[in-house]
Amino acid sequence: MAYRDEQLSEEKVFKDPVHRYVHVRDRVVWDLIATPEFQRLRRIKQLGTTNLTFHGAEHSRFNHSLGVYEIVRRIINNFQDRSHWNKEERLLCLCAALLHDLGHGPFSHSFEKVFKLDHEYFTQQIIVGDTNINKVLEQVSPGFSRDVADVIAKTYKDKLVVSLISSQIDADRMDYLQRDAYFTGVSYGHFDMERILRVMRPIEDQVVIKSTGMHAVEDYIMSRYQMYWQVYFHPVTRSAEVILSKILQRAKVLFEAEDFTFKLEPKHFLSFFNEDVKLEDYLKLDDTIVFYYFQQWQDEKDEILRDLCARFMNRHLFKYVEYAPNQPIDKWMELSRLFVEAGIDPEYYLVLDSSSDLPYDFYRPGEEGERLPINLLMPDGEIKELSRQSDIVEAISGKRRTDHKLYFPKDRIEALTDERIKQRMKEILYN
Amino acid sequence: MLTNHAKIMQFFSMADGVTGRKKLQKMIYILQKCNIPFEEKYHFHVYGPYSEELTLRVEELCNFGFLDETKEDKSNYFQYNYTITTDGAAFLQQFNLDMPSYQNKVDMLKERSSRFLELVSTMLYFDDLPIEETIEKVHTVKPKQKFSENEIEEAIQFIKDIKQP
Repeated sequence: MAYRDEQLSEEKVFKDPVHRYVHVRDRVVWDLIATPEFQRLRRIKQLGTTNLTFHGAEHSRFNHSLGVYEIVRRIINNFQDRSHWNKEERLLCLCAALLHDLGHGPFSHSFEKVFKLDHEYFTQQIIVGDTNINKVLEQVSPGFSRDVADVIAKTYKDKLVVSLISSQIDADRMDYLQRDAYFTGVSYGHFDMERILRVMRPIEDQVVIKSTGMHAVEDYIMSRYQMYWQVYFHPVTRSAEVILSKILQRAKVLFEAEDFTFKLEPKHFLSFFNEDVKLEDYLKLDDTIVFYYFQQWQDEKDEILRDLCARFMNRHLFKYVEYAPNQPIDKWMELSRLFVEAGIDPEYYLVLDSSSDLPYDFYRPGEEGERLPINLLMPDGEIKELSRQSDIVEAISGKRRTDHKLYFPKDRIEALTDERIKQRMKEILYN
Repeated sequence: MLTNHAKIMQFFSMADGVTGRKKLQKMIYILQKCNIPFEEKYHFHVYGPYSEELTLRVEELCNFGFLDETKEDKSNYFQYNYTITTDGAAFLQQFNLDMPSYQNKVDMLKERSSRFLELVSTMLYFDDLPIEETIEKVHTVKPKQKFSENEIEEAIQFIKDIKQP
């Protein structure tokens, strides 16, 4: 039997708190899960610093990847005998679902920002490069790894396949909303996924939703909206993220400084500091390594690095105020000057951070609309875009919500002895 | 702080306004591919390379009052135009950006249609492939646009020209 068709002698299952069980029968999927590159995902938290706000959020990218695989497996089972569905794409979909987040590193958001990286680039590299993952995929057929990489990059020829992994209602989102809600313990994020899966239909190059399932989709969109603002953009989580980014920025600056030597050589970070990250360096980094350095850097000579690491490790985070974007820029400049005067480096201790989300976007032909809409299949066979049928979705369609906050160490300001500077800082911050 | 915002403002200043969000997206991407150090991250979307970060940054600049966005009704879609405000010009003056000179590239981009820039940016997105495969890939990911051989040849020449220092 060809490797691509090989089945395990008996079905394997992973117990899963969100989907109850994750079922594996394909030898290829089983072999992919066993590779070091996939096992590495166990050591990378799905939500980065969110556990400092919601202590239950300790789940990993491994859990999520298995979850996305399981959802796609169920969708494909439902599609099996439907027209428009190409059964030959089954294994490709399963592999792409399983591997879609393979290139995530620890605290991806901060690392990508400071070191100018892109986890999607590394996902591609792990799949098509000299890795165990690639060996498994190429055993299926020559070029199969490229197809998997293309599906994940949204450049694969069959858009129906791509839309299962990434669209406005895809397996990725359906898993992370439910999983993140479960582990954070919040009551948002729940929706009737079973219902959505039952009403999904493959049509030409897209997946549509039978109109009878519209309310389940409304629930999903609202869940997504609430999860973004209640969990993903939580200001305390963002504060931790700000400090994390500043630690990395400071460590890089110190590495580049001629007169500074780390007590502990940051060898896992060298290629990051040099902005020449090879795949093997990238794969060696995970949450545990990062925490080890942050622990050690609390004893470094540099006061800023020491302080930021202690804040991060001990959850002694920055406070924040809302920042109105139309506020005169000269106030901001004055605040920055006051920080310098007070001996608090604004580069590390006065940080503007923005969050923005577009909960659902409809399609605007010609000019914009970079997201494919969710389409409903009406009883007469007509296709109608969701926001034209649903008042609830219409109310939030195309409306981006953005939020700006200014982060700073309140304790340092309170500790200032110069009353003039302290008062002026407070006036600017709180008025 | 806000350096990336300033870089985008500098671009708008050089372009003397931009018509169309899609065109803006493709212009910045093509400039990135010419080694102009814009830091917005791009991925492949409906019209080719697209940056959610750029969308957000432009929106922030509008919120800050540094950019003026006007919406033009084009019967079946809206077109957005961007121009720098007086506050925006004042903001930009506070920065001393370390950017190479790229005015000529902006001029070349500005006179092209968004369809053409969509083709150019898509070709650049796959520029790690041999040229035959790049062309094949363009047809695979954009079957509905039906780019002609002439357009593709023109795009290849345009890429050569714009990449010249």
